Amino acid sequence: MILSSNNISSHSKTDLHFLWSLRVLAVVAGSLLVLIIGFILRESWPALTHIGVARVFTDPGWFPTEHSYQLTPIIVGTMLAACGSILLAAPLGIVSAIFCHFYAPPLLGQWYRHMIELLAGIPSVVFGFWGLVVLVPLIAAWHPPGPSLLAGILILTLMILPTIMLIAHSSIAQVPAAYIHSATALGLSRWAMIWHVVLPVSQIGVLTGIFLGLARALGETMAILMVCGNVVQLPSHMFDPIRTLTANIALEMAYALGSHRSVLFMSGLLLMGLVICFVSVAEALRHKANYAVAK
Amino acid sequence: MMMRTLVHSLLSTVLLIGLAFAHELFGVVTVSQAQEGKLVITGSSTMAPLLLEIGKRFEANHPDTRIDVQTGGSSRGIADTIRGLADIGMASRALTPEESPLHGTVVAYDGIGIILHASNPIQKLTNAQIRSIYSGETTNWQRVGGRDAPITVVNKAQGRSTLELFLQYFQLSNRDIHAHVVIGDNEQGIKTVAGNPNAIGYVSIGTAQYDASHGLPIRLLPLQQVAASIDTVRTGIFPLSRPLTLVTKSSPTGLTKTFIEFAQSSRVHDLILQQYFVPLQN
Repeated sequence: MILSSNNISSHSKTDLHFLWSLRVLAVVAGSLLVLIIGFILRESWPALTHIGVARVFTDPGWFPTEHSYQLTPIIVGTMLAACGSILLAAPLGIVSAIFCHFYAPPLLGQWYRHMIELLAGIPSVVFGFWGLVVLVPLIAAWHPPGPSLLAGILILTLMILPTIMLIAHSSIAQVPAAYIHSATALGLSRWAMIWHVVLPVSQIGVLTGIFLGLARALGETMAILMVCGNVVQLPSHMFDPIRTLTANIALEMAYALGSHRSVLFMSGLLLMGLVICFVSVAEALRHKANYAVAK
Repeated sequence: MMMRTLVHSLLSTVLLIGLAFAHELFGVVTVSQAQEGKLVITGSSTMAPLLLEIGKRFEANHPDTRIDVQTGGSSRGIADTIRGLADIGMASRALTPEESPLHGTVVAYDGIGIILHASNPIQKLTNAQIRSIYSGETTNWQRVGGRDAPITVVNKAQGRSTLELFLQYFQLSNRDIHAHVVIGDNEQGIKTVAGNPNAIGYVSIGTAQYDASHGLPIRLLPLQQVAASIDTVRTGIFPLSRPLTLVTKSSPTGLTKTFIEFAQSSRVHDLILQQYFVPLQN
């Protein structure tokens, strides 16, 4: 009796209740995203139609109170910070994952993994505060003014390292044991096995992690706002301050009125588009990886 | 049995989320009904902590009322008051002539002070020197009698009333300013200057004096030979100061009037001093 009531093909009353509450919850979760995108579209509509996307690249500068809305330096700053942090975090994350899985003694490996998980749980404002009172003064002593693209890249690296490391670690752990045993049986050194067997097999999973990290780096706001200096300019080197799209929205939204507000929503739309792109690439890669493993 | 409990808890979660949404949606509707005993106050982030404290004391004296304080800057306070989204707007500046249909009541004063790192040997700067530093003509402390080090200029983000007042006083436009760091709130500015021996910034004197007296390495510069302190702002001799204004759509009535009179009275002077602002003299 007990078994049959758990049968998925029998629709008991409890099952139906459960099924419908799940359906309602799923619709709520899904429609929230649609609502948010719809809302951002509605708020940025005046900017899209009256100001136009072209002026974002052709206006003389970002002086919203004087109706000049050039976003190019901000877009470039956002991309530089995100890509710079990926360049640092990706090798670090992959190496940490390899160390954790193949080289560290089990106890140390486990401990190390927990540390990285903890790093993922630190609120971004704490990273920002630490950056502001520790990292920025250090950079200022080395090469003033301190708040800079470099500070942003370093803080972002710390924040996306766990994402990249944990995803790389789990996809390395998924490499079939038979591959590893065969490589060992062939007498490959540990490094040769990692380089020629483990990494090629798990590369799609690792790439997924990198794209998710990139999406997070693009969307990060609070920490970036506190360490990047927020000056609207094209940086000529690592020590120049920059402003990112997220910081721009956070700094000005509360004070923005009219078309300024609408342009900020438009930049939010742009940001959302970029993040959706990266997350979809990551998802597509993940499907490919699942398919490859299934094969 | 387990399943039923699970279903119930899921359903009650859905119900709670729904209720939260309903509250968000209808929260806006209840705003204009000041007679019901709720006042919504929005605006200047400088004034919000003070109004929060005044609101708490007001609620204690008038048990049936609720004071809801939200920040977002003086511009938002004024815009919300015009649109009827707030009963009272907070503006940390005097009303401009275009805003004259609104009714403003000053409850306290605040001064804007220039701050340097405590280790910076500079003891005073003229208005012309400060203007030249902010417009990027002077880029090394040596030029104004300091040590040989590049100046880090800390500016405020657009829309903040502190920035507007600073620009107006030094007759600069935001385009002219050559900043190295752009900050949001006062505390971020103070932390930035405290962490950089060669930085110059400007923040509320109240906040700066509080942080300096609590061991942060920053120093307030005098302006036109007037020391930047709570006392000089109170007596009105400090040149760069601003009135903290409560804004209403028309001459206040009912609960709004009672609250504004309370905020002006000597019963909240201790709260104003606690926030390092300067109460009205009466």
